Amino acid sequence: MISAAAKSWESMLTLVFALGFVLFSLTSPYFLSVDTLSDATFNFTERAIVALPLALLIIAGEIDISVAGIIALASVAMGLAAEQGAGTGTVVAAGLGTGLAAGCINGALVTLGRVPAIVATIGTMTLFRGAAYAVLGDRVLKNYPDGFAIFGQGYLVGPVSIELALFVVLAVAAALFLHGSRWGRVVYAIGANPVATRFAGIAVDRYRFALFALTGLASGLAAVLLTSRLGSTRPSIAQGWELEIISIVILGGVSVWGGKGSILGVVLAALVFGLVTFGLGLMNIPGIVMSIFTGALLILVVAVPALVQRK
Amino acid sequence: MQAPLLTLTDIRKSFGGVRALAGVNLELHPGSITALLGENGAGKSTLVKILSGVHQPDSGVIHFNGGDARIDSPTVARDLGIGVVHQECLVFDQLSIAENLFVNAHPRRRGTVDWDSLHARAQTVLDELGAGFSAHAPAASLSIAQKHVVQIARALVNDSRLLILDEPTASLSQRECAELFRIARKLRDAGCALLFITHRFEEIFELADRYAVFRDGASVGAGRLADTGREELIRLMVGRPVEQLFPKQAVAPGEVLLRVENLGRAGEFEGVSFTLRRGEVLGIYGLVGAGRSELAQVLFGVQRADCGSVTARGDIALVPEDRQGQGSILPFSVAANIALPNLAALAPNGWMHAQRERQLAQQWIGTLAIKAENPAQPVRDLSGGNQQKVVLAKWLARNPAVLILDEPTKGIDVGAKAAVHQVTTEFAAAGHGVILISSELPEIIAMSDRVLVMRRGRLRGEFSREAATPAALLRAASDA
Amino acid sequence: MTHAARKRGSQVARRDLQFALLTLALLAAVVWAFPGFASPDNLAALLDDTAILVMLALGQMLVILVRGIDLSVAANLALCGMLAALFNRAFPELGVLPVLALTLAAGGLLGALNGILVWKLRLPPIVVTLGTMSVYRGVIYLLSGGEWVNDNEMSPAFVAFTRAEFLGLTSLSWLALICAVAFMLLLRRLPLARNFYAAGGNPEAAAYSGIDAGRMQFLAYVVCGAIAGLAGYLWVARFAVAYTDIALGFELQVIAACLIGGVAIGGGVGSALGVVLGCLFLGIIRNSLPLVGISAFWQMFINGMVILAAVLLSARQQRQPRTTTLEVARD
Repeated sequence: MISAAAKSWESMLTLVFALGFVLFSLTSPYFLSVDTLSDATFNFTERAIVALPLALLIIAGEIDISVAGIIALASVAMGLAAEQGAGTGTVVAAGLGTGLAAGCINGALVTLGRVPAIVATIGTMTLFRGAAYAVLGDRVLKNYPDGFAIFGQGYLVGPVSIELALFVVLAVAAALFLHGSRWGRVVYAIGANPVATRFAGIAVDRYRFALFALTGLASGLAAVLLTSRLGSTRPSIAQGWELEIISIVILGGVSVWGGKGSILGVVLAALVFGLVTFGLGLMNIPGIVMSIFTGALLILVVAVPALVQRK
Repeated sequence: MQAPLLTLTDIRKSFGGVRALAGVNLELHPGSITALLGENGAGKSTLVKILSGVHQPDSGVIHFNGGDARIDSPTVARDLGIGVVHQECLVFDQLSIAENLFVNAHPRRRGTVDWDSLHARAQTVLDELGAGFSAHAPAASLSIAQKHVVQIARALVNDSRLLILDEPTASLSQRECAELFRIARKLRDAGCALLFITHRFEEIFELADRYAVFRDGASVGAGRLADTGREELIRLMVGRPVEQLFPKQAVAPGEVLLRVENLGRAGEFEGVSFTLRRGEVLGIYGLVGAGRSELAQVLFGVQRADCGSVTARGDIALVPEDRQGQGSILPFSVAANIALPNLAALAPNGWMHAQRERQLAQQWIGTLAIKAENPAQPVRDLSGGNQQKVVLAKWLARNPAVLILDEPTKGIDVGAKAAVHQVTTEFAAAGHGVILISSELPEIIAMSDRVLVMRRGRLRGEFSREAATPAALLRAASDA
Repeated sequence: MTHAARKRGSQVARRDLQFALLTLALLAAVVWAFPGFASPDNLAALLDDTAILVMLALGQMLVILVRGIDLSVAANLALCGMLAALFNRAFPELGVLPVLALTLAAGGLLGALNGILVWKLRLPPIVVTLGTMSVYRGVIYLLSGGEWVNDNEMSPAFVAFTRAEFLGLTSLSWLALICAVAFMLLLRRLPLARNFYAAGGNPEAAAYSGIDAGRMQFLAYVVCGAIAGLAGYLWVARFAVAYTDIALGFELQVIAACLIGGVAIGGGVGSALGVVLGCLFLGIIRNSLPLVGISAFWQMFINGMVILAAVLLSARQQRQPRTTTLEVARD
């Protein structure tokens, strides 16, 4: 539901992006080169790919904070497969399959076990990352097949990386789904009033399960890309990413209460996020200090509309 | 007669640009029960919120117990002696019944909660009311009627002199209503002033001795009930002469559309069998707890049966009892609500067309005379009657074989009620089947070709149009 | 009163009893396999190990009771711990008392920030505390420049406080015990504390009784934050080191202990005893792992299993029983 409020949110994000772009170009001599900008995209592509289905999930009134745990588990699965001598195809299948299975576990806990999503995913987050630690301990898995590196390190055409291209394709698909299809309409309805949606004859639980599974699959895909880019797996991979991915979604104007949000907003938010983190990185600001910005930004994003409404 | 306990003079209240109360006057006398009447949107709930301290009036005077009063907060209302029994059962399920009576007012001993005194006083009040349950039980185990009693007990514990009963009988059975009335009369005899808000005329004349009528946020009439009659009250409420509420209908039933055999769901109903024919309106009457809504939900498919079978020659649609929670998505537009069960037809290849959606909505806005500015208006902004029309529209658009209506005219104004009845009759006459669930005897008797009566989860009787008299139905529905 | 009503009446007490028995059974199993586990020294060590978790979980319980959640407790702890260490390094002669006061106040302020945003702006608690979690962690880095404060930079009094022993238990253990007993008593007897249950159980009804649910949330966050602040000093003193990443991820253990201890995520339900038992349960598991030969790397996974088991059981229990129309007929 693209309302006037959503449009103004997207305008604000675009403005922030433009301002940030100008600011960083002025403060850093390295910023305005095609190669640099192309590198910059890696700051957000993997996270943004997970943010897309997570946005759908949050619009439907659910949440999943186990996404980073799924990435870790999928990466470990891939590393183990590679260690056993599997080829690139099998390795990728291992990653995607683990992600999908993990998403299904989340979906089952919520729809069959009737566990509230926040609590279920706190549990699975601990479980999945715990499994990664349990299996790997303090080892590092590095023996990936040669062809594997192309996903995270390859380029489609010119400066456009495969990751960026993948993200664009998925973003378009997500936008068509959410805003143009009838199933996207159902996602909004479930978030706005799940009971009434059920009474409209719609199998709400099936949608929920599918969205959790999709989020898991996307996390698996992100794991493929990230692991391929890093070339190695540690159990601490993607640590703290759940916060950043959720921040992107909420920065994109998706309401935590459900029923509101747009893909364009999420895409713009991913761009802003990537820009800010990359720019600050260029200024040699350490990651942990960057998280002050991300945290403050997250709060501002929800506080400002609330303040405006109070007037 | 005694001086009034409460006098409201020219109370006005607006929210944003919307005027909820446009100059309301009210007098409540101790030892008297005053019925407050008015259609939805007339200002009754705003008045309750002002009297209970949740909102403050923009202007006007409140005179309570001989002096001017400003009811600034619920605590002030409580201290003044104003108690409220809300329709929504504002009871704390996780606390014990005893503690429910003393929330934020615990008896204290040296600064800490005095549990012994709390339980003792709670039990005393409950016994005085003849409640029949122990103060130690958790509030979650109570029925709605019992929760109302708890709210009354809470008001008594606070020494309330003015008790407001806000639509308390909406979900009560006949027996529970009688019990509630007994308590109300007891309080009246003890000198309380009661304000009784309800839609049901039989109750007004049974319980109250005075009346006040609101219309569009203003007082349009008040006085003693002995001096007036039902027609006059309706005229005050509606402002226009009332047309026939229940359009007649006569149709020869056709082939069987729905066959239900031995349907049951554990804990709710069992052994239900009946058929429904084309052109028929089948009424299902019963008291609260009889299992009718549960039956409807199983027939529709939103709940599963444990045994038995349902064979239908087409779709079954349900207009549910809870219009706002189950029937519509309030923040969505009229068009989006109507579209929701019809997505497959509107978008057969998956792609939504805003044009088609709008046209569908326009069509039904016209057919049902839905008072909305445009199809994009959120359903939340419509009156109760128009919201119900939207719920009807979305299912009629699907052209189901069978339409089940669960208490379709509960809490909606007289005009919308007539519209719902008209639509029901026309729909049946057009060759479909209708199941009408209602607790209102006049409505169900006039509208139905046959009436089934449910009691405690089982079918207790089937009555033809001629045999369906109020006495017969009531007898079948109540505990023999 | 019907049998069903009486049953549900003591549901919380029954759950606590069941869980206490479960915890005892777990302890018994471990002791049966490793008799040394039951030695007074070991049990005292177990309590010492679990003490900080107990205190944090009690504070978290208050927040969850009023329908909130606080993911920033570990970051709060770490920040106040660093503050304590830096303060002590600058003013070692001032002793421990000012440090206690400082960390309580600082933690309370950090909690108050969460509380204000949730109360006045009505922001979703999960978003607010996700945000403050990052901010607080980042601030530690700014304060310390990424450097560690080691034990040789801490005054002897600073470090010795938590280890001082009375009757076989460290002062840290005693603090946790006092906290637990205080919570159990206050939640039952203090009228203000009863209002937490009301505000979380039914905020609308609470408003009509004159309780400001938002204000109760604010108070809960302040208390939770103050406890986290104090725990920051205790942590840093116990481990004799302060750096940016201390207690990283600890908030999950805290929330897990609450969930396992029977605190309902929807608010209004929870007992201090249950929370303490939840902490002990997790503590017993953690301390018995090395004995069984399971590497510490399995800790997190096992925690995850325990959380999921607890929430699945809890969800099954809370499912509404079907209306008893037919049963009543047979009464």
